[in-house]
Amino acid sequence: MADNKRIDEPTGTEFVGHEWDGIEELNTPLPRWWLWTFYATIAWALVYVVMYPAWPLVSKATEGVLGWSSRGELAQELRDAQLARAETFELIAATDLTELSSNPELMGQAISGGAAAFKQHCVQCHGAGAAGYAEYGYPNLNDDDWLWGGELSEIEFTLTHGIRWEGSDQTRFNMMPAYGDFMNAGEIDALTAHALSLSGKAQSSAQGAQLYDQNCAACHMADGSGSQELGAPALNDAIWLYGDDPAQVRAQIAQPRHGVMPGWSDKLDPVTIRMLAAYIHSRGGGEATIEEPSDAEPIASESVQAAAADKAEADERL
Amino acid sequence: MSVSEGLDSSQGAAPKRDWGGAVESLAPDPVAAKRLADPKRPPPSLYEKRKAVHNKRIDGPFRRFKWLVMLVTLGIYYVTPWIRWDRGPYAPDQAVLIDLANRRFYMFNIEIWPHEFYFVAGLLIMAGIGLFLVTSAVGRAWCGYACPQTVWTDVFQHVDRFFDGDRNARIRLDKAPWRASKTARRLGKWAVYLFIAFWTGGAWIMYFADAPTLTYQFWRGEAAPVAYMTVAVLTGTTFWLGGFMREQVCIYMCPWPRIQAAMLDEKSLIVTYKDWRGEKRGSVKKAAKNPEEYGDCVDCLQCVAVCPTGVDIREGQQIGCITCALCIDACDKVMKDIGRPRGLIDYATLEQCEKEAAGAPPQPAWKALMRPRTFIYGGIWGAIGLAMLFALGARSHTDLTVSPDRNPPFMLLKDGSVRNAYTLRLRNMEARPRDMEIALQGLPAGALMWTDRIAFEDASSSQVIRVDADATRLVKAYVVLPEGSATGNFTFTLTSLDEQRESDSEETSFTGPGDI
Repeated sequence: MADNKRIDEPTGTEFVGHEWDGIEELNTPLPRWWLWTFYATIAWALVYVVMYPAWPLVSKATEGVLGWSSRGELAQELRDAQLARAETFELIAATDLTELSSNPELMGQAISGGAAAFKQHCVQCHGAGAAGYAEYGYPNLNDDDWLWGGELSEIEFTLTHGIRWEGSDQTRFNMMPAYGDFMNAGEIDALTAHALSLSGKAQSSAQGAQLYDQNCAACHMADGSGSQELGAPALNDAIWLYGDDPAQVRAQIAQPRHGVMPGWSDKLDPVTIRMLAAYIHSRGGGEATIEEPSDAEPIASESVQAAAADKAEADERL
Repeated sequence: MSVSEGLDSSQGAAPKRDWGGAVESLAPDPVAAKRLADPKRPPPSLYEKRKAVHNKRIDGPFRRFKWLVMLVTLGIYYVTPWIRWDRGPYAPDQAVLIDLANRRFYMFNIEIWPHEFYFVAGLLIMAGIGLFLVTSAVGRAWCGYACPQTVWTDVFQHVDRFFDGDRNARIRLDKAPWRASKTARRLGKWAVYLFIAFWTGGAWIMYFADAPTLTYQFWRGEAAPVAYMTVAVLTGTTFWLGGFMREQVCIYMCPWPRIQAAMLDEKSLIVTYKDWRGEKRGSVKKAAKNPEEYGDCVDCLQCVAVCPTGVDIREGQQIGCITCALCIDACDKVMKDIGRPRGLIDYATLEQCEKEAAGAPPQPAWKALMRPRTFIYGGIWGAIGLAMLFALGARSHTDLTVSPDRNPPFMLLKDGSVRNAYTLRLRNMEARPRDMEIALQGLPAGALMWTDRIAFEDASSSQVIRVDADATRLVKAYVVLPEGSATGNFTFTLTSLDEQRESDSEETSFTGPGDI
């Protein structure tokens, strides 16, 4: 084919022989390095097909000799994360609840872990800010009013066994009678007024006081301070789970609503429940907070000197 | 050179000032003209192969100044991380330390936190304006003396000289075939290159960690991988840029010469060849016979031989000239030897050159500095510096930021009082732990405060909190107001409980049921 070889004069490049409307194609081959890179990618693709999942089949793809999968990688990462947390988890599980708050670092870790679990399991009812939803009767967890106790151990117990939850024999349970079934409207109105009068929101009557003493004081106490053992809410404070409007209070006396909280013992491990308790306790209303021990003591000049000496010693070792 | 072909067409424009070298290349060349006229000529190549620079040893005032600058800059670079500075037991004792892990920048008695990065920004702006100042006043002095590329290239060129001899010997060796002795010399030279490059990279990492500790760890293989990576990268780049790229970095890679080209004007000091005095070039003998025809330049090419970037300064101002002034040293030496006055090549402004060409006497170089631009740049530079010094002196080492919790915005408590929660960020920028008092101001009577680490029973209108040395502490603060109190804006005040009594405050708001 040497006869057909024609050279383009201005560029000195050979023609390929294709022509369109007088425009001819020059033979300018791909650069060598480009070709070699291309061949290298083909070689790499062959290796890849053998090593990794590649060919889609009917139900699943070929698996590849390395056995890699994205699900497997995720599972491994989760295992690694769990392993990295294992030490802290064990420590939290082994630490007595009363001593947890005297270890600020561990308490901090527990609170962080609890915050993460709270976002996953609790916000649906109690809200992202743990402020609850008054209209549905989901209690606020930030305040200082605790139906079943606000100490760390009490919160942990409530979390584990739930409230009026079928899944646990030890669940927090009480049942207020529906007074609408055996009291007339006037009696219920009198009771409503007396209940509200305990926090100064209404004027009580002799009938109301008498009815209260007979029917309510056993659980809610004569002064309306309630009982955490019985789960009877305090009536003499500013916080009303189902509302402090007379109509709402009346409805609650006549046909009480009873909230149910599931216990988490069947879904969460004890350490997560403990961390949740720490988190809820830390929201500002937790009872029996223990102070950070080292916080207030002033740094004596000796301790500064001791720190300097330690440092000098460390420097010398280098 | 292909550029001269392009210049042919501009010949008719008759340049106002004709530079000796340029005139020669502009002169009609019959061979080139014929080549241009040939329709079959190959297309001009846009690629020019690098011509290796084998600059000759020279001694003189500028060379000695360059030695001094090299000594000072390399000294600063290598010694700085090893200077110790006692900051007490809670802070590192390295004078200059960029502590990336702990996000602190130490420089002698100054410590910069991340939120004070504007100081670093200010330093960078000062460096930029400093370059403008230097460029407008003394031309490319940065390039010629202080730029790391120049300094390291200079070092490597001295290594060349040590192994291969001076200019002529190096040219010969370059052309010589690869035999055992040349290979040995080359390997030896490259080993020294590598050694210097390694110490360059090795010194760099010392700025980022305690130098003695890091050195110890580095040689035991215990340092962080990033330390080895950094040293490897900097060793590689130094070896390549200083050992082999050299002047090509200045001519092709660096943007600074291009920017400088826009900043120089006819009043900037540059290294110039005084063509009116030098042309027409000729030997001493020719000039003796015909003094009217010949100038001072004897065309000895010493100015080209000593040039570290291989340019001919007699062609006028050009991008390759880094104004290192070694050609001045070379030319002055030749002029002295043949008994002619110094300064045929000298620092001068283009304006001054024109005056001198017209017969004015030479003017001392410092006079070129006396112009508004120098003072304006200098003034801006100094003003930023003073402002930063003032800011540094006046800054507080105590800092408070407050962010109120938004979910929930407030909390009703049993007794009808209202609680708000705030996240306080307490900064103690002193290198010792300090007790700080956080207090409420502007809230109605009965306002109480406690924190996540202080029990409600201890609530009061102020709390004392210990903040670790050189640290930030996050505190969740709860503030409670009695039922029915007026809500609104108030202030948290943070005061350090030491002799300094530094304080900072931030206004925030208290939200109650009536505010939503």
